[in-house]
Amino acid sequence: MTKEVVIISGKGGTGKTSLAAAFASLAQDAVLADCDVDAADLHLLMNPRVLRKSDFSGGRLAAIDPHTCVGCGKCVTLCRFDAISLDGPGNDVVGKTYCIDPIACEGCKVCVEFCPAEAITFEPAINGQWFVSETRFGSMVHARLGIAQENSGKLVTLIRKEAKRIAEEQHKHLLIVDGSPGIGCPVIASITGADVVLIVTEPTLSGLHDLERVGQLTRNFGIKTLVCINKADINPQMSDQIIHDAEKQDLTVIGQLPYDDAFTKAQVMKATLMEYTGGEIAEQIKTLWRQIVYAAG
Amino acid sequence: MKIAIASGKGGTGKTTLSTNLAAALAHDGRRVQYLDCDVEEPNGHIFLKSRWDRTDDVTVGVPRVDLDTCTGCGKCGQLCQFSAIVTVKGKALVFEQLCHSCGGCMAICPAGAIREVPRKIGVARYGGSSGIATGQGLLNIGAIQSPAVIRHLKKGMGDRGIVILDAPPGTSCPVIEAIRDCDFVLLVTEPTPFGLNDLELAVGMVRQLGIPFAVAVNRCDIGDDSVVKYCRNEGISVLLEIPNDRQIAEAYSRGEMMVQAMPKYRSLFLELFDDMIQCTRKKVCR
Repeated sequence: MTKEVVIISGKGGTGKTSLAAAFASLAQDAVLADCDVDAADLHLLMNPRVLRKSDFSGGRLAAIDPHTCVGCGKCVTLCRFDAISLDGPGNDVVGKTYCIDPIACEGCKVCVEFCPAEAITFEPAINGQWFVSETRFGSMVHARLGIAQENSGKLVTLIRKEAKRIAEEQHKHLLIVDGSPGIGCPVIASITGADVVLIVTEPTLSGLHDLERVGQLTRNFGIKTLVCINKADINPQMSDQIIHDAEKQDLTVIGQLPYDDAFTKAQVMKATLMEYTGGEIAEQIKTLWRQIVYAAG
Repeated sequence: MKIAIASGKGGTGKTTLSTNLAAALAHDGRRVQYLDCDVEEPNGHIFLKSRWDRTDDVTVGVPRVDLDTCTGCGKCGQLCQFSAIVTVKGKALVFEQLCHSCGGCMAICPAGAIREVPRKIGVARYGGSSGIATGQGLLNIGAIQSPAVIRHLKKGMGDRGIVILDAPPGTSCPVIEAIRDCDFVLLVTEPTPFGLNDLELAVGMVRQLGIPFAVAVNRCDIGDDSVVKYCRNEGISVLLEIPNDRQIAEAYSRGEMMVQAMPKYRSLFLELFDDMIQCTRKKVCR
């Protein structure tokens, strides 16, 4: 049975992706998934060779045919998303027609259903693409959400499902998931049903505040949650405070990493931390990883 | 004048820049508002030490079915694109968490059995701190409708003076909701491969929305020069560069503002503001 480890952070920019990549190079026996579909970066370190590329459609979008629109405005009164305006070209009947802003359209179909002229189409929207790839550390599933697209939660669910399927097919012990910052829809889609969550935080008041919220989220989902403090020496007192607060929240702090410019330097070399350095930080990351594997069971 | 501070990548310094910009402007005697639109993890109040005078519940409408009136015709479930209402054993059943509040089920129900009731998904708080009117949205843990909280927060705030919006990270729906009606967007990034990749996505987003924008590079002396090269090739102005200074990082960790810990930065933020105004007027930064 494949165990799923998800790396999230609450606050952004704490080092999730660098650590996920380092873990991938330590795991030997894992499949990778980049579920930070809004700002996917793991591929920059993994140099994936794409084997399969598919379109992702998270829903449908409404569009008004300007030749058929009678300008009655029924759609505008029904639309809850301020997506419709009288900005379309004129036709034989009216001087101006209604048109729909695809960025604002939620895909609810209400305008389509109630248009008396049947002037509104409702076609599947292509919201992005997703990929199954090979990397030097094993298979990886990742995606590129289209610009200004919705449904990132659905795309995350799709990627995790596919990655899990591949991992089980290949009899891999672990699935390593790089998640997204925040506590909203893509994060919830990333952690639902996971075996272990690692929260990467930093010793700042913002980090402390964000950890409390994201920790509450994983607790509500009943998922075993570990915490790692990155850049711990930026503010040692705050690191102690985080350990103290984490324990009160039933979160297990498994380690602290010092500020190390190897994070940036490895990234610039397009390498994982383990490939870039054999120094102290590499040993500390190995220790973290052993604890994560142990927690995953 | 509405200015959004956004970024593809998280942790690049959106909150640092937006709170310091607000504080520098307030110190200069300008009328300024700060809106924390990162409703999943809002942190601006930590730096601005905001007091809250008013808290609104943010609700979305979800359907409530009168089971005595429901005929079980199933039209609501056929229309709903989000599987939030289905007919089970001849009666409509609602899954509130999945509802997008489009009102379709209510509009289509031939028996008039559906009405809308509010469901709380978060709060919007309003208040102030030393000359800065402050607003913050806070999404309930477990809720997913960040855009609805952002929309409410923005509506509840006046648009007089200078409004600075601290956007959430990323490039999808919550960010769009935060920046869509802004006059200018400042994209904050760092000079690393991740920073560049996410900046390119964010540039694609603001270009699609047609909003004038420019870039600020934080920790400008780490990483490589690929972000600066990219901006040069694309004709994008880099209006601000902040060095990687441990003093800044430590002040940040304690919840202190740069402009207070290191007053020399005050003029830098005022210059940044003037540059942004110029860009908006000339629309040169696109």
